Amino acid sequence: MTVGPPGSARATTGIADGQWHRLHPASPLLRGGLALIAILGFVIANLRERLVEVFIPVFAPDLGDEFDERFSRWQGDWAADPIGGIVMNGLVGWALAGVAVVIIGIVFGFWLSWRMHTFRITDEAVEVRSGIVFRSHRSARLDRIQGINVARPLFARLFGAAKLDVSVAGQSGNVQLSYLASALADGLRADILRLASGARAAKAAGAAPSGVPVTEQGEAALGATAPGETALGETVLGETAPGETALGEADAASQTPGQSSAAVAGRVGELVTRRVGEFLAPELDPDLAPPESVVHIPVGRVIGSTALGGAVIWLIVLAAVLAVGVATRTWWMLFSFIPALIGLASYSWSRITQSLRYSIAGTPDGVRIGHGLLSTANQTLPPGRVHAVEATQWLLWRPFGWWSVRINVAGHSLSANRESVQRTIVLPVGTADDVRRVLDLLLPGAAPALGDALDAGLGGRGADGGFEPAPRRAAWLHPFAWRRIGWLERDGIAAIRRGVLVRGLVLVPLARLQSVAVQRGPLRRMLRLSSLRLHTVTGPVTATLPVIDEVRATAAFDAVAKEAVERAALDTSHHWGAANG
Amino acid sequence: MPELSEPHDVPTHVDADWRRVSPKYVVVEVVGSIIGSGVVIAALLIAHFLGAQQWALWVAIAVAVIAIVTIALEPRRVRSIAYRLRDDDLVFRRGIMFQRQVAVPYGRMQLVDITRGPVARALGLADLKFVTAAAATAVTVPGLPAEEADRLRDELVALAETRRAGL
Repeated sequence: MTVGPPGSARATTGIADGQWHRLHPASPLLRGGLALIAILGFVIANLRERLVEVFIPVFAPDLGDEFDERFSRWQGDWAADPIGGIVMNGLVGWALAGVAVVIIGIVFGFWLSWRMHTFRITDEAVEVRSGIVFRSHRSARLDRIQGINVARPLFARLFGAAKLDVSVAGQSGNVQLSYLASALADGLRADILRLASGARAAKAAGAAPSGVPVTEQGEAALGATAPGETALGETVLGETAPGETALGEADAASQTPGQSSAAVAGRVGELVTRRVGEFLAPELDPDLAPPESVVHIPVGRVIGSTALGGAVIWLIVLAAVLAVGVATRTWWMLFSFIPALIGLASYSWSRITQSLRYSIAGTPDGVRIGHGLLSTANQTLPPGRVHAVEATQWLLWRPFGWWSVRINVAGHSLSANRESVQRTIVLPVGTADDVRRVLDLLLPGAAPALGDALDAGLGGRGADGGFEPAPRRAAWLHPFAWRRIGWLERDGIAAIRRGVLVRGLVLVPLARLQSVAVQRGPLRRMLRLSSLRLHTVTGPVTATLPVIDEVRATAAFDAVAKEAVERAALDTSHHWGAANG
Repeated sequence: MPELSEPHDVPTHVDADWRRVSPKYVVVEVVGSIIGSGVVIAALLIAHFLGAQQWALWVAIAVAVIAIVTIALEPRRVRSIAYRLRDDDLVFRRGIMFQRQVAVPYGRMQLVDITRGPVARALGLADLKFVTAAAATAVTVPGLPAEEADRLRDELVALAETRRAGL
């Protein structure tokens, strides 16, 4: 159950001690400030010429004649030429003072929002307080955690910062700690998961040689950390108010002796090395996960699958449009499709960079999935959180045997948020063997239970592998797919096989089924068919069996309803730590 | 089902029979249909007589015919609404043309909601709505007598407590 060797600095960050802590000092800048800097940059870039022109007469009085000439040209039109107005009316000093006030105000606002943004991790929950005027207080109960994600957008990575996102069941109920020092985020994730696993802090302390009470333990661990990882304390909490936390004090103590310039230079060098190291480090922390990812996606496959994905159709459409445009010499047509082309290119680029350096591995605290080349993200799914899995294969991927896997997890809503959409894709592209390995991690026991039915589900048709095929009369409703459509329920796993253009295999662990419905409209009634739908939490996977024989549907409905109740009662995987001991 | 301890998990009301909703619920549905189609027909007639739109009259007639057929079938539709409390789950079914049958395990119910529209309140009826973590579950038992709805809600909440499962 323990993560890393007992007693090591990894074992606890000392932050999960129930006290309020602050985030990375650069947080406000990383969260919203970049936009501000961009706006400032834009304004300055646009006004540069104006400002240079304006200040020439101030610093070079020889050109006074020109100044006078310009003064006569300014006709009191503030709206058209505010800067001219300021200069002409001798308000330059006031203007500069105003700009300074605004800048100071913004910096003070940032500082205040950083001061007011605190978080704490108790045995019960992760809590975040924020806001200057309107205070908000969010808390995520540890036993309701559906997943923990650490994301490092490109800019944050340059600062050595990371965003920790604790997702809980419920729509947009996520608690975000943005931003933390990169190394701290990983440690904190391990701490939260350990607390959440049902193994209490006492147990963790028992495993570590220093069996001290929680608060003291935090301090002790920090003392051990300080010499090796000064930069950690410095970047995260170095600027806390004096005496605010034990952490700050420990850090201050370690800082005082090393004030000579050589030490500072050495520390800067160390910091840079650390940043570079973090930047190049593999997405999965070797301390926390078995070093080998079970799936490796070659770069060629990522690029190939993107090229053969939905983008290829758009490319053909665009090429056709361009050809027509050139042939008929309607040049405006070409220009109107440039935005589409740019969109396509940026979509493909983001898909490729998001899928590179992909890794997935099982850890004691759940499945860890990491990906991303420039902006990286990794998520940890505690065991027993996956409600549905779907493997899909598009027509053009079939010759290569490529599949992609998506999942439904509570709390990952169907929102348009790109990050949360990305999180539901657990395997961007992989072979059937990769699908099998990923499945082993997501739904342990599913693959052995299904046996050869898994292969039949991926590629088969008819009654292969024990699937219940749709009857021939289903061809009236699904002329192409009816041979593919099939149903199987074995050992608490329901499998739905469907689709020809886009082949799909949906697996639903009945232990986490919410409800089941059987439906039939007039057409299906005429054909003595029904459709069966397994209701899971909201997500990209919809577990619907479009057609099944009426009598079989009733039998399947009864079996699923009964099995769902039994499996749910036996299921203990959501308290994985407690189950282990 | 694993052996649960005795007294509280044998609810008094569990039975093998389908229960129907109150026949008075027909009135609620009929009033709803009349109001809904009435508004559409009125709009179309205004368009016909004031806006001189010839087609509007035909559309209005079509809407009226559909409304009359729907209202005529209403008693059968309401009779088709039934629910059944089994040992571990609630089964709900409705529909004659589009039939739907749903089973919701008690342990999966996140909340039970009672809603009452104006017409239903006048008739002393209430709707009972079950919410699970899945949005698609969408089970609403309409037209229950108010006292029965209250009683059923309390029983279901108690049942959900004893069968509580993780998410």
